[in-house]
Amino acid sequence: MITFAFYLFACVAVAGGLLTVLARNPVHSVLWLILTFFSSAGLFVLMGAEFVAMLMLIVYVGAVAVLFLFVVMMLDVDFAELKSGMVHYLPLAGLMGIILLLELGMVVGISSGWAFADAAPTLRAAVAPAPEDVSNTAALGQLIYTRYVYLFQAAGLILLTAMIGAIVLTLRHRVDVKRQNVLEQMYRDPKAAVELMDVKPGQGI
Amino acid sequence: MIGLEHYLTVASILFVIGIFGIFLNRKNIIVILMSLELMLLSVNINLVAFSSHLGDLVGQVFTLFVLTVAAAEAAIGLAILVCFFRNRGTIAVEDVNMMKG
Repeated sequence: MITFAFYLFACVAVAGGLLTVLARNPVHSVLWLILTFFSSAGLFVLMGAEFVAMLMLIVYVGAVAVLFLFVVMMLDVDFAELKSGMVHYLPLAGLMGIILLLELGMVVGISSGWAFADAAPTLRAAVAPAPEDVSNTAALGQLIYTRYVYLFQAAGLILLTAMIGAIVLTLRHRVDVKRQNVLEQMYRDPKAAVELMDVKPGQGI
Repeated sequence: MIGLEHYLTVASILFVIGIFGIFLNRKNIIVILMSLELMLLSVNINLVAFSSHLGDLVGQVFTLFVLTVAAAEAAIGLAILVCFFRNRGTIAVEDVNMMKG
């Protein structure tokens, strides 16, 4: 069952990734990217990392992919023109991909027979062993809020910087719209704004 | 039985797809950013695979930071893209030469 689920998620992730880079329409690309994120979240669940899987769904699918979708739909770009050189780049890209895939295959290939060094398990042992009696989320929480609390704060600072940067980059002050000036409204004086005229009958002002 | 190597293989295939996408879509910065996301995703799969294989949670903690940085990078990148499009009216990569880099 787990084997079947692994192959299902892995194949869907790889196919989704391929279609992300090959799709003609960038909106379709984003949707394939979302599919890839979903199936890799499934892979994370299979590995026993539920918290990372849920975070993947919330952060990547909920925030990043939707942000991509938003930008793709907002920008009025002729994407067909951008796609025009694709056939031209295909041989180089394919060559790069095949070479890199072969190299990585030699490293992590199933039949290459790599193994951990004899001393490695003891050298690495108990950096942060996974507790047996709590769930993955609880264990990660215990670790993040104690030993890695400064790194956690640093991650928050990175997000704050990104937020401020994005706002500063995209905020623009338009001059052609009417805005409400509260101070001017508050300091408006009735005596200066309204004038009572004594109009005689039969005459204008 | 599914072992560590299977996950590493999936991660390496996704990484290669990311690089392939960068080379294939040299004109389209949005798809390049998506390829970057794919590569970061494959790194995350690697980290979590080793973490669960070795029974050491630090890999998953690290994954959280990679995820944070990926989200921040996407936000800043897309903000720059929107800003650039507003000024120049195009996002073709070969037209981005204002700074003569």
